[in-house]
Amino acid sequence: MAKSHVTMTVNGKTVEALVEPRTLLIHFLREQLNLTGPHIGCETSHCGACTVDLNGRSVKSCTVFAVQAEGGDLRTIEGMAAADGTLHALQEGFREMHGLQCGFCTPGMITRAYRLLQENPSPSEEEIRFGIAGNLCRCTGYQNIVKAIQYAADKLSGAAKEAAE
Amino acid sequence: MNAITPSKEERAEKLQGMGCRRKRVEDIRFVQGKGNYVDDLKLPNMLYGDFTRSPYAHARITKIDTTKAAAVPGVVAVLTADVLKTVNLAWMPTLAGDVQMVLADGKVLFQNQEVAFVIAEDRYAAADAAELVEVEYEALPVNVDPLKAMADGAPVIREDIKDKKEGAHGPRKHYNHVFAWQSGDKAKTDAVFAKADVTTKELIVYPRVHPCPLETCQCVASFDKIKGELTLWGTFQAPHVIRTVGSLISKIPEHKIHVIAPDIGGGFGNKVGAYSGYICSIVASIVTGRPVKWVEDRIENLSTTAFARDFHMETEIAATKDGRVLGLRCYTIADHGAFDACANASKWPAGLFSIITGSYDFPTAHVLVDGVYTNKAPGGVAYRCSFRVTEAAYAIERAMDIMAQKLGMDPAEFRRKNLIKREQFPYTSALGWQYDSGDYHTALDKALDSVDYKALRAEQKERQAAFKRGETREVMGIGVAFFTEIVGAGPSRNCDILGIAMFDSAEIRIHPTGTGICRLGTKSQGQGHETTYAQIIATELGLPADNIAVEEGNTDTAPYGLGTYGSRSTPVSGAATAMACRKIKAKAQMIAAYMLEVHDDDLEWDVDRFRVKGNPERFKTMTELAWAAYHEVPPGMEPGLEAINYYDPPNFTFPFGAYICVIDIDVDTGVSKIRRFYALDDCGTRINPMIIEGQLHGGLTEAFGIAMGQEIRYDDDGNVMTASLMDYFLPTAVETPNWETDYTVTPSPHHPIGAKGIGESPNVGGVPAFSNAVNDAFAFLGSTHIAMPHDHWRTWAAAEKLGLHG
Repeated sequence: MAKSHVTMTVNGKTVEALVEPRTLLIHFLREQLNLTGPHIGCETSHCGACTVDLNGRSVKSCTVFAVQAEGGDLRTIEGMAAADGTLHALQEGFREMHGLQCGFCTPGMITRAYRLLQENPSPSEEEIRFGIAGNLCRCTGYQNIVKAIQYAADKLSGAAKEAAE
Repeated sequence: MNAITPSKEERAEKLQGMGCRRKRVEDIRFVQGKGNYVDDLKLPNMLYGDFTRSPYAHARITKIDTTKAAAVPGVVAVLTADVLKTVNLAWMPTLAGDVQMVLADGKVLFQNQEVAFVIAEDRYAAADAAELVEVEYEALPVNVDPLKAMADGAPVIREDIKDKKEGAHGPRKHYNHVFAWQSGDKAKTDAVFAKADVTTKELIVYPRVHPCPLETCQCVASFDKIKGELTLWGTFQAPHVIRTVGSLISKIPEHKIHVIAPDIGGGFGNKVGAYSGYICSIVASIVTGRPVKWVEDRIENLSTTAFARDFHMETEIAATKDGRVLGLRCYTIADHGAFDACANASKWPAGLFSIITGSYDFPTAHVLVDGVYTNKAPGGVAYRCSFRVTEAAYAIERAMDIMAQKLGMDPAEFRRKNLIKREQFPYTSALGWQYDSGDYHTALDKALDSVDYKALRAEQKERQAAFKRGETREVMGIGVAFFTEIVGAGPSRNCDILGIAMFDSAEIRIHPTGTGICRLGTKSQGQGHETTYAQIIATELGLPADNIAVEEGNTDTAPYGLGTYGSRSTPVSGAATAMACRKIKAKAQMIAAYMLEVHDDDLEWDVDRFRVKGNPERFKTMTELAWAAYHEVPPGMEPGLEAINYYDPPNFTFPFGAYICVIDIDVDTGVSKIRRFYALDDCGTRINPMIIEGQLHGGLTEAFGIAMGQEIRYDDDGNVMTASLMDYFLPTAVETPNWETDYTVTPSPHHPIGAKGIGESPNVGGVPAFSNAVNDAFAFLGSTHIAMPHDHWRTWAAAEKLGLHG
């Protein structure tokens, strides 16, 4: 099958590759770029384990072709920590609040929560629950995921306040 | 002389041992996307396998043509049953003593059954080619109803054993009969029922559901032709069992098989069994000489690998008119699908279903289970429960409510009257189990007080009156469940898998610098074993938990174990860990005595050290003793500081709990809202309360899913109707309620640290609490039993049947 040339920014770095036009973005990320953080749970957009951030939106990368991300700005769980390795407030919050167990939904869940907090820096519990409804977790019952996102929201807004002062 | 040291409490806190909310070790990699799951594995020259599956539930195969599939660019080979026959692998034994087709041999027996396995250079080519395998079918009559399986003239499901009169568990009554299994005294129980004041009888159905972990089943098989060795990475809850079974099936010597279970994305019972995908990948790797990866998709997962439940339980209780239970009778039809691939201890075809007398003092009981074949997927795993325990708990807890209703008694009061009393432990049930410990009345009373049960019932009464006056269209239900589990399989006198006794193991090595590694035969799928086993060691050995690495899932390095399911890790391997620690500690004590020039008996243990009795300033810390073990052991003593323990538990453990659910239901829409859910658990000694609460949240959410919406449903033609996440209910954050957790502590008397296991309690207790709440909401309108799942449609239909829609 003829291959298409794609260029995109992934976690701050420009990548170029040849892909089959039908290659799904999740397979491109996992198998060609070796970014195995985003996972495949259903291949039908229901579970959200494959969630990545594409051009400022949460996207389920199992139902997007890699060629659709052409020219895009993409962030995966691998791009969440700071360059010096400091964990993002969400990554820290998930550990502090026991917001994960098997870890399979976690990369998608954190990536989704990242966009949620960009859009709404201090969400209520109800807004968090609605905001992550497209990401399934079979282990935690969500209660501690909600707390983890609240932890991150508090930490980030505290940091923002400090920066403003 | 050693310096003055920090206080006992300060030292203990630093260890992060048992009882503390230690943060999880595993999380560091998981929150960064650096977990290592099977599908993350990429080996040089790796091939991908994919299945061609049957669209029919029951059909004869007249022809399979793989020409077009084989011609797809990138396709390397196509396996069919005929190919597998050349290596005698077209069929495989199941854990339950049956045999199962690896690839369809002559006919298909359930929809989506594996027919051909295509191996290609990449997963896209494999998927393309799987669609091009041409199969000609002749449809056969289908039966998906277990209650009709043993009727005259029912379709013959298993032609291979049609005339066999004996099955793996005794005589067979019918060609679709798998086994009959019973427990208890039938004559005595029947006599009690004949004379009892009050009896109830209800067919209580626990529908077919699926564990549906977020990561599906998958593997990579890599056969090294030069060495004749197989390495198999996979989503295995029981890696050693896979190695042994793999060796028996493939005839590859067991020492030449290396099974590795890396990080697992949830299991819940789905990843105990051996599936066609594993066998086909192994054969494909042997045939091609290259590594082969197989990854199930979600539809394949829900429709083929290991369903749970499908128990149809006619449950009867006999009682006196003042509410004392006299006898329990249960006749169950168990639907095993096309092959009995149940994951039970081998001698127990119905698992530990005889825990059905639950938490109550039944003087007599009798249960009989008939397993049957139907045109449905094989399996019968324990979905987050010990073998068939959730089925038993659901039956007894629904039946207790039905009897309370008939007697006109409050369900909590009826339970309290019949709970086994504290002074009766150890308690032997009418069906022969010896319950280790319990304090049921304290637990129930604490639960009722915590939710202010009396006030809830008063509110419910007012609302019922208002409903009858037409002032509201909402009904309120209060569900009470008091469950007792039987977990931690098992004593080897009771339990084995294909003859292998169900012990488990731990091997601990303490390094010279006082750090160490513990390897175990269990395998975490999210339970946090790397965190909690280290806490046991920290308390037992006085070494910081942070200094102990925990490793599972590699059969080359781990001691033999039977794996993680049935809440057995803490009861069995947790015990093995403590026992191995005690061997190490005994040796360390001898070294300390030698160094301090006192007799062993003159030393006492103090958190992290041995000190001289009466002279606490003379001591040796465990870290010092670790160094000494490699440096200055007493004359005649072997150097080193390590131990291994294989723990064969003297009994099961019996965790219990009291759950209360409050629900509001709109009778016009069937929409329900969980107002409150309170769960009190007693799992004995608590190792990490944070992890316990996490296990409860997760298990309750699974119970919520099962009770309120999950079902693997088939139409009459055997089409599976709920095989995607569009149709199969997994709760999202929106509908999942907040959980209130609470506890009492009644340690297990026979377990070295008194722990009983917690992971599965919320599923076992949760399902009946939800179902009882829905049923309770409608009871005042004359309803006795509404079947699960209680989704909005079925709840609306129940209201319709009660004439509530005018």
